[in-house]
Amino acid sequence: MKSFAFAQADTPETAVAEGVAAGRFIAGGTNLIDLMKLQVETPAKLVDISRLDLSDIEESEDGGLLIGALVPNSDLAADPRVRERYPVLSRALLAGASGQLRNKATTGGNLLQRTRCYYFYDVDARCNKRVPGSGCDGREGFNRILAVLGTSEACIATHPSDMAVAMRALDAVVVTLGHDGDRRRIPLSDFYRLPGDTPHLETVLRPGELITHVALPAPPAGRSTYRKVRDRASYAFALVSVAATVAIEDGRISAAQLAFGGLGSQPWRDPAVEAALVGHAPGDAAFNAAADALLAEAKGFGHNDFKIPLARRTLIAVLRELTETEA
Amino acid sequence: MHFQINGQHHEADPDIRTTLLDLLREHLGLTGSKKGCDHGQCGACTVLVNGRRINSCLALAVMHQDDEITTIEGLGTPDELHPLQAAFVRHDGYQCGYCTPGQICSAKGMMDEVEKGWPSYVTAELDETGELTRDEVSERMSGNICRCAAYPNIVDAIQEVWEARA
Ligand SMILES: Cc1cc2nc3c(=O)[nH]c(=O)nc-3n(C[C@H](O)[C@H](O)[C@H](O)COP(=O)(O)OP(=O)(O)OC[C@H]3O[C@@H](n4cnc5c(N)ncnc54)[C@H](O)[C@@H]3O)c2cc1C
Repeated sequence: MKSFAFAQADTPETAVAEGVAAGRFIAGGTNLIDLMKLQVETPAKLVDISRLDLSDIEESEDGGLLIGALVPNSDLAADPRVRERYPVLSRALLAGASGQLRNKATTGGNLLQRTRCYYFYDVDARCNKRVPGSGCDGREGFNRILAVLGTSEACIATHPSDMAVAMRALDAVVVTLGHDGDRRRIPLSDFYRLPGDTPHLETVLRPGELITHVALPAPPAGRSTYRKVRDRASYAFALVSVAATVAIEDGRISAAQLAFGGLGSQPWRDPAVEAALVGHAPGDAAFNAAADALLAEAKGFGHNDFKIPLARRTLIAVLRELTETEA
Repeated sequence: MHFQINGQHHEADPDIRTTLLDLLREHLGLTGSKKGCDHGQCGACTVLVNGRRINSCLALAVMHQDDEITTIEGLGTPDELHPLQAAFVRHDGYQCGYCTPGQICSAKGMMDEVEKGWPSYVTAELDETGELTRDEVSERMSGNICRCAAYPNIVDAIQEVWEARA
C-alpha cells in the first residue's frame, strides 16, 4: 500500500473542505482498503468520514425515507421500515457480500464501490478505468463476469452493487454536499455515467462532493422481489440480478419498476422494459416483450454471452413469480 | 495510537497504513486472529468491534481507536472456554484450525444479530426471524470459509450453543 496523509472529519463541511484538497473519503473502507492494498487506488490523502453524524434513517414528508450515507448495509437491511415498505431493498442488501462486510459497508460507499473486473484489479493488465488510455484487456480476455449492456469500446466492466440495483428500481435520489455548501439532489438515474471514452469517470460527483444521504420516495404499489443468480449460493457477486416491483389492477399490469445487476456498466434500468409490461395482461407474451426490450442492444464478448439468455430467463421467472402466472 | 482490546488499554505507534488485523498480530502479539486472504474474502480475521463482527483485514487501525475491540483471546481462556469454543471442540468443528478463531468470533456476532431479529437472505418472511435452521446458519456464516470443509460440524456446534442459550 502507498502511504497517505490522514485526516478525520468532524462535520460534513470539514470533510468536503478536506476532500476538495485532493482527499479521498473513507467510510467502511471495505472497497477502498482492498484496492489500496493492490495499489489499484493510491490516494495521497484519506479523509475519515466514518464518525460523521450521518447514520440515521428518517421519515421524509413525501412518505419516503432519508437514509444517512453512513448507515451500514446490515442496519439498512434490518430496519423495520425498510423490511416492511421496501422489501426489495432489504433483500438486495442481504444478497450482497457477507455478514461481516455488511456490518462495515456503508450506504454511500456501496453506491461508489468499483467494478470487480479482473483486469481492473490486476495492475499488470491494461485497463482504461484504472489507467485512462492504456487499453482494455477485458474485451478479448476472460470476460465471463463482464457487461453486456452499456459497454463502450474502452470498457466493458460491470457495476457490482446489489443495493444500487434495488435503489435504481425504487427511484432513489442521492443527496450531496459540495464545495461552498452547495447541496444537490441527484436522481440515481442521472448519477452514474456511461463509460464512453472516459470509463474512469464513473459518476457525476465533483471533487470533494460528499454523499450525505440517499432519499427514497414513497414505496411503489404492488409486490416486489430481488432475484440474484450467481456462481455459489451465497457470498458471490451477481452474474445477473433483477430488482422488481409490479402492481396489477383489473387483470392488467398497472405499474412496473425493474432494474438489473450484473448486466450493465451501471445498475441498469430501461423504460422500454416497463413500457412493454404496463397495460398488458401478465403472461409470457408480455414478459418476452419486456425481455426483448431489455436485451435489444445486448452484446456479449464471448465468455459472457450466456448472460443474455440468462437475463431473459431470470426476468421472466421474476415476473411469473410476482404476478403468479404459470408458464 | 491508543486502543481498547479485550477490556485492556493498549498503546502502539504503527505506520498509518496498518490494518486492524496487522495491529493485533504484529504490534500487540494477539495472533489468534488469522490472516487468510487479506481481502475480506475468507473471514479468518473476523473480530468484534463494539459487538459487531467485521473483517479486521479491511479496517485501518487508526480508524478504530475509539472502539471496543474483542478478539478470540477475549472470548474465552484455555481454562474457561467460551461456550462456542467448547462446542467447536465437542463437535470437531475444525480440522487444521486456521479459520476457527474467525468462525467463532463470527458465530458470536451472528447469534447477536439473530437475537436482534435481523433477517438473512434465506429468511422466508422478512418480518419473522429467530429460527436458526441449518440453512440460516450456512447463509449467515457464509463469510467464513473453511478450506478443510468442516462445515457440517461447525453448523452443529453453533446450533447447539444457540439452543442452549439462556
Ligand atoms: C469479498 C467481498 C464480497 C463482496 N460482495 C458483494 C456483493 O455480493 N454485492 C455487493 O453489492 N457488494 C459486495 N461487496 C462490496 C461491498 O458492498 C462494498 O465494498 C461496500 O458496500 C463499500 O462500502 P464502504 O463504506 O466500505 O466503502 P469505502 O471502501 O469506504 O468507499 C468506497 C468508495 O466510496 C467513496 N465514498 C464512501 N462514502 C462516501 C460518501 N459518503 N461520499 C462520497 N464518497 C464516498 C470512497 O471514497 C471510495 O471511493 C463485496 C466486498 C467484498 C470485499
